[in-house]
Amino acid sequence: MDTLVAQLQRQFRDYTISLYHQGFLDDQFTELKKLQDECSPDFVAEVVSLFFEDCEKLIGNMARALDQTGNVDFSLVGSSVHQLKGSSSSVGAKRVKGLCVTFKECCDSQSFEGCVRCLQQVDIEYKSLKAKLQDLFNLEQQIVQAGGRIPQVDI
Amino acid sequence: MGMVRESQFHVLAVDDSHLDRKMIERLLQKSSCQVTTVDSGSKALEFLGLRESNDQNALETHQEVEINLIITDYCMPGMTGYDLLKKVKESVAFRSIPVVIMSSENVPARISRCLEEGAEEFFLKPVKLADVTKLKPHMMKTKLKKEGEKPSEEENATLKPEESLVVEMILPLNQELELEQKEPMLSSNKRKAMEEVISADRSRPKYNDITTSV
Repeated sequence: MDTLVAQLQRQFRDYTISLYHQGFLDDQFTELKKLQDECSPDFVAEVVSLFFEDCEKLIGNMARALDQTGNVDFSLVGSSVHQLKGSSSSVGAKRVKGLCVTFKECCDSQSFEGCVRCLQQVDIEYKSLKAKLQDLFNLEQQIVQAGGRIPQVDI
Repeated sequence: MGMVRESQFHVLAVDDSHLDRKMIERLLQKSSCQVTTVDSGSKALEFLGLRESNDQNALETHQEVEINLIITDYCMPGMTGYDLLKKVKESVAFRSIPVVIMSSENVPARISRCLEEGAEEFFLKPVKLADVTKLKPHMMKTKLKKEGEKPSEEENATLKPEESLVVEMILPLNQELELEQKEPMLSSNKRKAMEEVISADRSRPKYNDITTSV
């Protein structure tokens, strides 16, 4: 007989593993979890939230810079991409980080179309990750509310 | 196990990224350090009590807070981590504070420049818990120097000052030797710093004398 807690824990485990296997997260996300404990019980959620704030802000900067038709400051776009790459690397947002590498190349070669394309992709990607991590956090909450412990998932 | 007095190490962390400041703060807290974070090199200097002045004599005020290590991002607007490193090492009051540089970019020329300027370590971001544990030996050195400068008080009252100093040195020196074995390719500054500690110890009684007397 499968209890609600056991079902939720299994869902959580499977979902976590799929996020890694599909390349949304890398082992830096695992490092983040190591830093969460009783002293800092919401650490992962807080850091992730900062990351998504960064995404919004930096993507906004890039969009504005690319909007200056005929007068695009590619070094400005590049510096925002650099910051985004750093943040994504710090939280383990693997796909976003990968897109930033390509994006940086487009900035360096001053390819307007390339940059616009990358910007669109980065925007889609971070929002997708945000939704997935929200689902993951919701599962955690449900487990706790059902009286269970959040399982340690070894990737 | 630890013979060293229990006071916490205090680290000053410098990074212009809010996210990275939060990360390094947690990493250091998890390693039992007290942390102060600032978002720029100039704020770091302000915190230390060192103003951006060419006049060495004028503004090197007494350091109110004891800092055992500075860890700074390399790429920051205005004053880079390298600039901050230079200022600290040029300062008479603060040059003994170990400085560690972090960077998201693996640029060998950058790394050697920082080590040559006196940085103890260069960490590639994202910094991990395993990296932070490498910091303890560097921070121990500053504690040792401070202990060496003033007579020891309280619990060690029954021991002679010299003996209590040696007791405190046993643990870190083992770590120093381990460090040397693990990292033979040290930069000249790093090796120099370590030799200072080891040669200081030679003037004290040997290990076997101490362990039996304790």
